[in-house]
Amino acid sequence: MSYLEYTVTRTPTGLSKVLYFHWALVLLPIAVAEIGFLMLYSIAGGSLSPWAEPQMRRFALGLGVMFVTAMVPIWFWRNMAGLAYGASLVLLIWVEFFGSVGMGAQRWIDLGFMRLQPSEVAKVTLVLALAAYYDRLDVRRASRPVWVVLALLLILLPTFLVLRQPDLGTALLLLAGGAAVMFLAGVHWLYFAVVIALGVAGAVAVMMSRGTEWQLLKDYQYRRIDAFLDPSIDPLGAGYHISQSKIALGSGGWSGRGFMQGTQSRLNFLPEKHTDFIFTALAEEFGFVGGASLLLLYALILVFCVVIALQHKDRFSALLTLGVAATFFLYFMVNMAMVMGLAPVVGVPLPLVSYGGSAMLVLMFAFGLVQSAHIHRPRNRS
Amino acid sequence: MKKPAKDTEDTARLVGRRALILGGVQAVAVGALALRMRHMQVDEADQFRLLAEENRINMRLIPPVRGVIQDRNGRLLAGNEQNYRAVIVREDAGDVEAVLRRMAQLVPLDDDAIERVLREVRRHRPFVPVTVAERLSWEEIARIAANAPALPGITPEVGLSRIYPQAHDFAHVVGYVGAVSERDLEQQEVPDPVLQIPGFQIGKLGVERRMEHVLRGSAGSRRIEVNSVGRVMRELSRVEGTPGANVHLTIDHQLQNFARARLDGESAASVVIDLEKGDLLAIASAPSYDPNLFARGISVPDFQALLDDEYRPLVDKSVQGVYPPGSTFKMVTALAALEAGEVVPEERVFCPGHMDVSGRRFHCWKRGGHGRVNLVSALSESCDVYFYDICQRIGIERINDMAARLGLGQRFDIPMSSVASGLNPTREWKQRRRGEPWLVGDTINASIGQGFVLATPLQLAVMTARLATGRQVMPNMVRAVGGIEQARAEAPPLDIDPAHLAIIRRGMSETTNHQRGTAFGSRVVDANYRMAGKTGTSQVYSITPAERAAGTRTDAQRPWNRRNHALYVAFAPETAPRIAVSVVVEHGGGGSAVAAPIARDIALFALHGGMPPLSAYPAPQRNRIETMQREMQLRLIPQEISQRPRG
Repeated sequence: MSYLEYTVTRTPTGLSKVLYFHWALVLLPIAVAEIGFLMLYSIAGGSLSPWAEPQMRRFALGLGVMFVTAMVPIWFWRNMAGLAYGASLVLLIWVEFFGSVGMGAQRWIDLGFMRLQPSEVAKVTLVLALAAYYDRLDVRRASRPVWVVLALLLILLPTFLVLRQPDLGTALLLLAGGAAVMFLAGVHWLYFAVVIALGVAGAVAVMMSRGTEWQLLKDYQYRRIDAFLDPSIDPLGAGYHISQSKIALGSGGWSGRGFMQGTQSRLNFLPEKHTDFIFTALAEEFGFVGGASLLLLYALILVFCVVIALQHKDRFSALLTLGVAATFFLYFMVNMAMVMGLAPVVGVPLPLVSYGGSAMLVLMFAFGLVQSAHIHRPRNRS
Repeated sequence: MKKPAKDTEDTARLVGRRALILGGVQAVAVGALALRMRHMQVDEADQFRLLAEENRINMRLIPPVRGVIQDRNGRLLAGNEQNYRAVIVREDAGDVEAVLRRMAQLVPLDDDAIERVLREVRRHRPFVPVTVAERLSWEEIARIAANAPALPGITPEVGLSRIYPQAHDFAHVVGYVGAVSERDLEQQEVPDPVLQIPGFQIGKLGVERRMEHVLRGSAGSRRIEVNSVGRVMRELSRVEGTPGANVHLTIDHQLQNFARARLDGESAASVVIDLEKGDLLAIASAPSYDPNLFARGISVPDFQALLDDEYRPLVDKSVQGVYPPGSTFKMVTALAALEAGEVVPEERVFCPGHMDVSGRRFHCWKRGGHGRVNLVSALSESCDVYFYDICQRIGIERINDMAARLGLGQRFDIPMSSVASGLNPTREWKQRRRGEPWLVGDTINASIGQGFVLATPLQLAVMTARLATGRQVMPNMVRAVGGIEQARAEAPPLDIDPAHLAIIRRGMSETTNHQRGTAFGSRVVDANYRMAGKTGTSQVYSITPAERAAGTRTDAQRPWNRRNHALYVAFAPETAPRIAVSVVVEHGGGGSAVAAPIARDIALFALHGGMPPLSAYPAPQRNRIETMQREMQLRLIPQEISQRPRG
């Protein structure tokens, strides 16, 4: 029993909960998703198929998921956190053995109507689990090694499974997302300093292991790193994605080349233009104005999440909201840095914009959790 | 268990503090992204836009139409023919092999060809058309079109390909085109981009090669938009190229055809030159080959057969072949002596059949000797001893000087391949090449066109033309380029005493028309067409003691490739010369027996502008000539109404 159940008195019930939605956090994702529809329509050469229409249907489904999630009291979700975490681990193991292979990696389970990526699910369940973990844990014990190690295990378990797929990008996001929640929960900053130091050492180890028997990454991943460090070494090979995406982005200029006028995306120079590289299509056709607008929308979502979180007296809700915000931030940050040539090419979609069902549904579910926390927040007895 | 309120306030504050730190980090990151985006899209936008354009726009060259080559009357010697071919596009075909197997039932397509196509198809991107079969007949194309539903991905196409309608006649002169090789590219300082067009053909030999720069024209271009895999999306603009210029040669295809047909069966060459401007009317070399084989890509067995042929069909003997000119060189020696003033025409020299010089005996071809001969009879009867005598008075330098003035030892600038320069040997040359001093015997050998002297049939024709006109006739082969007549000025005088030339001409006239002349058997009786010439029989190998021991007495008993060369040079008509002709028959035997009759037929054909009338021949020969003419008629390319203006 925690603070939450005892202090909720004037929590809205029934359908009246709809009135207590944080509407900015409903409208902003819709706006972002609409930008996505527009771009998917454009790069398909002005056609709803093959991407825009399925994406719209999925987003509609996502909105439904968000509303349903939001209506369910937040304490239910808190109690379900462990179960959800366990379920996502099972899915990750399942995909390890029975998953479908795409792009040289085992990543998804075919559900018929969509392809479920357990690694995407894990992003939210991890945040959920950590938030619940730190809610139960006395804040004064948070920095004790045993509890830190426990939290770390919670993070590393799914991270390891995702890395096995291998999906380096998502693994790093899980790690960073989990770390963000730990940081928010008040774990002593020295731990983070140590982890960052270890991370640097790990990066060195990864690069050193190249070419040896115990090579940690696949060859194509090394090539991507090389290409990131110097795209010009192989402009038609591994560096191709980066060079072409930078060309598309840069050629957009201030106001872009106009809707459906982007030559890079329309003529297929952009790789994965409908998924990971969709931002370049936006930047090419709508220029800095378009790109910065999307960035602003994302920033607003972050700001609202932080504002909501700061209002929470409830630790679980605050950590959950901030964790979701951090995960969301990592998504678009890594994706944009990647297409701008600031980060290596790792398979990270642009949240709510990239074509793809799992990430979108999971994010909408996460926003549903944020809404639920907001609706069911403890209110002063006055 | 209810937590104290203060505790929750504290933890909330802690979360809030950390949230603000994290939010700050995030704000910085978002700001960095925005700045980076601004930098790329505002500061560097122009540069990136340029790169995007480069990505998008591709130049495709439009191959120019190659200029055609025509003879002096406009007859097509090298033209462009519409060529039907079938191409396959992998992505439209689906199962390429199955389609090809079905197609093999309609048009000739063997397993090797199918294998080749499959290889090509695999090498290219799926939308790139690959040629399946070329030079299809209209029926075959129609069959393919009719069965189109069974042949997905197969499209009939029309292209231009080079064709040589005169086939063998002009193989050596016009040459042929072929695929651009690495060597072709290396030879050019700035390779024309058009050479990179797949399937583009470049002149490999003869006029096709030497006049490549005018025949080729310049490529047009299309600016096209391509996508990332190179597929053409649309054409943005188009600049038409300039077709290559047409080249008119001075050669008369009918005469060329006759000359080659007349030479057929021998390994021989003949050159006919117009005396007025030096126009080459015929440059024939036999045997020949079909240049169309090369333009289409000759098969290995065909090419090997040409290489193995003892008569060397690939060699153009008229300009590449160098031969000891033999007695045809005697005019040079005689003229040099006259000009030097060391001999007067009336002077007589006694020929006992040989001459001994510094311990060596030099024979006259006539073992019994000619008796007393003067310059004219020495020429007409081809007495060697007379020239052995006079050459010692003037020396090799003056002989060489005269040879050079008459065009020997000189590489003429005509657009044919490997034009040889022949050789006027000098003392320095022998010292340098052989490391031996020049001997008087060398001069004696040179005086009758033996020893080191070498000349091409073209040079011999030019020499004869200069003797006939007294002018410095230069051979030329190009009449017009792109419809613009080429300047062919009348040649300047040779600066040789006309009286001396007249004596030489008389010697040549008597060679052909005097009863004792060596070419009397090949005289022309029609006064309008009378010829004046000189025979030559040049020794390639003297009869060796071993051969003599084996019973070989005469040249004809020896194997073909050891026999003497037969030569004849002449101009006609005798009184008002219009043409000069030279004939060299490799290992033909004797100049009077073999070369002179051929030269007479060719010269008469040239003068008459067609098959010469029998009345031109001496009466006793007419039956034989008639038979020969009938046989010849069958070997000629049938002509439409003769367009060649006479004279």
